[in-house]
Amino acid sequence: MNQTTQTPTGLSVRGLGGSASGPPRARARRRLHSEQWAAWAFLTPVTVYLLAFFAYPLYRNLDLSLRDYTVRSFVSGGAEFIGLANHRKVLGDPAFAPALTHTVVFTLVSLAFQFAIGLALAVFFAKSFRLSAILRALFLVPWLLPLIVSASTWSWMLNSDSGVVNAALRLVGIAPVHWLTSPQWSLLSVILANVWIGIPFNLVVLYNGLQSIPAQLYEAAQIDGANGWQQFWRVTFPLLRPVSAITLLLGLVYTLKVFDLIWIMTRGGPSDSSTTLATWSYRLSFGNLLPEFGPGAAVGNLLIVMALAAGLIYIRAQKRQYQR
Amino acid sequence: MTAQRSWPRTVLGLVLTGVMLFPVYWMINVSFTRQGDMRKSPPNWFPVDGTVEGYRSVLRDQLPYLGTSLLVGLGTVALTLIVAAPAAYSLAKLNPRGGRALSFVLLMAQMIPGIIMAMGFYAIYLNLGLLNSVAGLIVADSTIAVPFAVLIFTAFMAGIPDEVMHAAKVDGAGPWRTFWSVALPVSRNATVTVSLFAFLWAWSDFVYASTLDSGGAQRPITLGIYHYIGNNNQEWNAIMATAVVASIPATVLIIIAQRYVAAGVTSGAVKD
Repeated sequence: MNQTTQTPTGLSVRGLGGSASGPPRARARRRLHSEQWAAWAFLTPVTVYLLAFFAYPLYRNLDLSLRDYTVRSFVSGGAEFIGLANHRKVLGDPAFAPALTHTVVFTLVSLAFQFAIGLALAVFFAKSFRLSAILRALFLVPWLLPLIVSASTWSWMLNSDSGVVNAALRLVGIAPVHWLTSPQWSLLSVILANVWIGIPFNLVVLYNGLQSIPAQLYEAAQIDGANGWQQFWRVTFPLLRPVSAITLLLGLVYTLKVFDLIWIMTRGGPSDSSTTLATWSYRLSFGNLLPEFGPGAAVGNLLIVMALAAGLIYIRAQKRQYQR
Repeated sequence: MTAQRSWPRTVLGLVLTGVMLFPVYWMINVSFTRQGDMRKSPPNWFPVDGTVEGYRSVLRDQLPYLGTSLLVGLGTVALTLIVAAPAAYSLAKLNPRGGRALSFVLLMAQMIPGIIMAMGFYAIYLNLGLLNSVAGLIVADSTIAVPFAVLIFTAFMAGIPDEVMHAAKVDGAGPWRTFWSVALPVSRNATVTVSLFAFLWAWSDFVYASTLDSGGAQRPITLGIYHYIGNNNQEWNAIMATAVVASIPATVLIIIAQRYVAAGVTSGAVKD
């Protein structure tokens, strides 16, 4: 049993050789053996869990994407294996290019604004002032609210006729904007809400990064006559680079996944103007009366590839930071 | 810095916080607005002559959903702790062969978009008859929390001095006893952080709820709100009142456990 539980993770057995190898005496080896038994006994639940609730669903998803599933064969089995036909169908779909573009725009624009605003706020909060701890805590609220709460609140605020945003625009003499119901504005509207949700995470992580920059560096810069702006660009920004890289990459992974926010606010519409790969995948599989599980899973595979690529870059960047 | 010099910053801080939290204020304001005033232009900026009609609707329609969410949240916390704590103990203190590979798999598992897991779970649950069940939703929701939980616990337990472990061993404690009586009690803070996030994520989950539990009798509050929007999209005070009630766990967290929340956000992203 020990053997079988090790198989999925047997990749880097060599990696730990250094700490596990001892003098080649039988007793030491036996003790080591029993310690490995204990170590893997503790790991058994998580290994079984990963196999049953991560590997198996992912396998089923892959299976979905490679077969020609209909509602009937979905229930009773026996769907025909069709190789990459679902993927080809999805890539050739006229909805593909816009969905990919929207995913990229949604992700990059969200990231840029979340990061810039989060960094500005982190710098603002870096010097403590009266109430600063409480206000910083309050900034976390949008991040902790259930997404459906944020999404429905923004939906109502951006409502064309009765939304508070258009009411405010009217006060300053700007004509109402059809935020969620016109193709020109829908993507921007969901980006706006997503930036609002993402600011707290960026603020907290960057704030912690700022705290780890030694105060003496700023004192030295001040003695050298650097003003606040120069201190930011010459001291803060370079020293914050590793933390910034990791914040951005984690943000990238999270933003690629965003589905509920867009689905609740616009359902990807109107006429697909805010459809991303995630909402497209959901609509194919669950959003129509006649579900297309195969193509839906194929879109999901594309999304996985993008997320894992970002994830690998993240892990490499984090390793580099730990090594410093 | 003297108090005198810092008050402009406090004022600016208050203004910025006010702007940031305006949507939250607006949600509360709308939840008290009378139905007749809902489409008024300009809207009521304050809940003057407000109504609790929205909250009465919540009590009437949403209590079962809230109960389900509570159950799902607690179940997710329990499952997450049972799976994650022993694994983290092993990874942090017992040097298992292949431990690094396992940590890597857990990191990657965090990156997988929920919508893809949802499709796989849907196919599996359909065959097993687990669709629309609380147990099925608990398992699916726990996949959001387990990788995070193992990483947090591992980071925390790695910080327990080896001497403490060694002392337990000298006293004759086996690995299980050491884990249960030494490592776990010492890791109380990590347990709180993990439990908070596992509960909050399960409570907030919409992806798994809408795919795996959308038709049954026991549905969570996120679907309660979603169907409210779909069914009677005129009664926005009731929708927003539900949203306010659904936000209570997050608010309570902010108030009682801010330091654990901040710890959870930053760990994994920044090394101390």
